[in-house]
Amino acid sequence: MHELVRANQRRTVILVAFMAFLLMAVGYALAELAVPGAGRVGIVLALLVWGIQAVISYFGGRRILLAMSGARKIEKKDHPILYNIVEEMCVASGTSTVPDIYIIDDDALNAFATGRDPEHSAVAVTAGLLKELDRDELQGVLAHEIAHVRNRDVLYMTMLGVMLMAILILAQIGIRMRFVSGTRTSRSSGSGGGALVIIALLLMIIAPLLARLVYLAVSRRREYLADASGALYTRYPEGLARALEKLGGSRTPMRKASAAVAPMYIVAPLRAAAEKMSVLGSTHPPIGERVRILRSMGGSAGVQSYDQAFRKVTGRPVGVVPFTAMREIADVPVVQPPPLPMATAPFMHVDRVRQTTDILWALNDYIFITCLCETKLKIPPAYRGKKIECPHCKRVHEV
Amino acid sequence: MIGTIVLLVIIAVLVMFAVGMYNGLVRARNEVGNAWSQIDVQLNRRHDLIPNLVETVKGYMTHERETLEAVVKARQQAVQITGGSIEDKARVENALSQTLKSLFAVSENYPQLRANENFLALQEELASTENKISFSRQYYNDSALRLNNKVEMFPTNIFAAMFNFKKSPFFEVESADIRKPVAVKF
Repeated sequence: MHELVRANQRRTVILVAFMAFLLMAVGYALAELAVPGAGRVGIVLALLVWGIQAVISYFGGRRILLAMSGARKIEKKDHPILYNIVEEMCVASGTSTVPDIYIIDDDALNAFATGRDPEHSAVAVTAGLLKELDRDELQGVLAHEIAHVRNRDVLYMTMLGVMLMAILILAQIGIRMRFVSGTRTSRSSGSGGGALVIIALLLMIIAPLLARLVYLAVSRRREYLADASGALYTRYPEGLARALEKLGGSRTPMRKASAAVAPMYIVAPLRAAAEKMSVLGSTHPPIGERVRILRSMGGSAGVQSYDQAFRKVTGRPVGVVPFTAMREIADVPVVQPPPLPMATAPFMHVDRVRQTTDILWALNDYIFITCLCETKLKIPPAYRGKKIECPHCKRVHEV
Repeated sequence: MIGTIVLLVIIAVLVMFAVGMYNGLVRARNEVGNAWSQIDVQLNRRHDLIPNLVETVKGYMTHERETLEAVVKARQQAVQITGGSIEDKARVENALSQTLKSLFAVSENYPQLRANENFLALQEELASTENKISFSRQYYNDSALRLNNKVEMFPTNIFAAMFNFKKSPFFEVESADIRKPVAVKF
């Protein structure tokens, strides 16, 4: 499994280098447009803009993302089953540090991973996901998220995202500057400058488009690979396939989600926007296609079978799993998960909904009192009274 | 002059390949060691959970003394084997898995146990530990296979022989009852 990580790294270096080249070209062109001959300063400036953003997102990205999505950290006692599933996937992937686990108070079905490396990682799932998915499906989703952490996708997608942002900002400045002070600079730069100005302007328009296409293509590829790794970790592609089906069928949009971090989610969080765009304009591959690939693996859970299924379903001649990874990781058969023990009986749908709401209420400092008539009283933190009456049996309780 | 440079470059490239292959072998061996310690962690966790479980169910399952004793005995054997080979360990731990399975199977006959929160929590813990054992075994076997392939296949086998890298045994499950369909008696 290390091989998959390293193959990813090699591929990413090339793409990051390409993005860096685009960024420097835009910086160069921008400076030349402003002051002819100052191109080199522009390169330095471009790298500076990128560097500052990169440092912020490297050290603070996780905190910013978690705060923005309104995620609440949980302990093992809050949701032992979720905690256990995450631990299981860490064991299966050979990750020694268990990421922090967060719940997002949102009825949409989604999950994301964040953190620059496995030691600083966190996974977050929505309350909707906990309510709607059974244990095997939840395991598939978390395997996908742990795969993002393990394959270092979060770090690379953040770095690429930051570069894309820097290119967009610089290109915007360049184009606006052209329309504000355009005539003056072109006159002063003489006849040779005219062609240069046109080339620079073209670059300002094309570079952002190109950078965005690269970014999105990498994002989609990472999703396929995380699916392949998820199937490998769980040895049960059907779990993830079923989960994706449920996620795709849900129409509830995420309340707080940002386009900047969309690649970290298991399915595109801004679905309404995503559906208007073509496949090329999306951070995630179409859900239906992902499900079909997982279901075409033919009784195997290995990366080779995923690659074959990928080629069969999409009709593309080149697969998605790096060659070296396919050579190093042995093909493995699907393993049926063990039947759920009695203890997971509360994991039926109704109980899941109740359990999840209880956790959210507890996280929001509600006090629970179980009455003798088995009614569970949930008292909001704002309640000021000393006593409260059970609505069913009229017994009075101390708060 | 040029001949010497070409020769030096060729030697440098060869040395780099050799270093890469050697490091690959070391990495594979470390991964196996790592994976093995992870199995140990999970097995110990199971050993620690069982006394608690037995204590909890004892009061309810008055007619299942044999089942309970089998679990306690199998655990005892598993704890004592710390120094044995991987194969021995696998055999004893698999026996423990079987006794636990039958304990949980008979526990379904005691509805009062379902209301015991302590039992339910323990059952979830043990079920998950059981999963973690099989996931860590799965990771261990994958790592072992990778190391074994490197030890056997050309060209890494040259270095493996030179620096004494050995093949790792697999941690097998003798789960005849899981893989085969259940025989139906009339």
